Amino acid sequence: MAEIKVDVRGETCPVPLVEMRKAVKKAATGDTIEILGTNAASKKEIPMAAAALELKVLSIEGNDDNWTIKILK
Amino acid sequence: MADKTTIIVHSGDLDKIYSALIVANGSLAMGMEVSLYFTFWGLLRLKKGGLDKGPLSKMNFLGLGRMMIKSRMRKSNVASLDRLMSDFKELGGKIIACEMTMEIMGVKRSDLREDLIDDYGAVGTYIQEARDSSITLLI
Repeated sequence: MAEIKVDVRGETCPVPLVEMRKAVKKAATGDTIEILGTNAASKKEIPMAAAALELKVLSIEGNDDNWTIKILK
Repeated sequence: MADKTTIIVHSGDLDKIYSALIVANGSLAMGMEVSLYFTFWGLLRLKKGGLDKGPLSKMNFLGLGRMMIKSRMRKSNVASLDRLMSDFKELGGKIIACEMTMEIMGVKRSDLREDLIDDYGAVGTYIQEARDSSITLLI
């Protein structure tokens, strides 16, 4: 069960979503993907994308312009 | 309705190519399939080295407005069109080039980024893609 880190701090739309999707694609079932970002819209949208991809959001921490989201594949 | 986005990329303007690729990549990121159908001025952006060569759709001011927007995009750390395109392909996005436009504009396959193009077709190909898409746009 690997832990994959995706650092998209400083990146803006649509890069955080796209990098999350690329990481999910490469991950194996049971891997955790941790995304670090600073784009406020992405904090809302990454959990929306996770729901659409039928993945579990483990945690959402931090504030709108500095956050960490953990997703389980 | 399948979870699919189909976009007719009709404009070759820089800002509209951005819009098309951002919506396309957002769709892929959220688990949808995507087909981009490049036609008319949009098709010219598939020429080798042509992706970011379009003018702005408004306030281009002979290229001055375009330069200003590009510099502001760099400051805001907006991804380049090349990066958006390579992400699009990496996430499985499909590109169709319009054969009629190629004929009208005298564009040969060898003039285009053939590495990006999945299919060459006409209106029937577009309809087959669009008829089972829940999102269809003309940009």
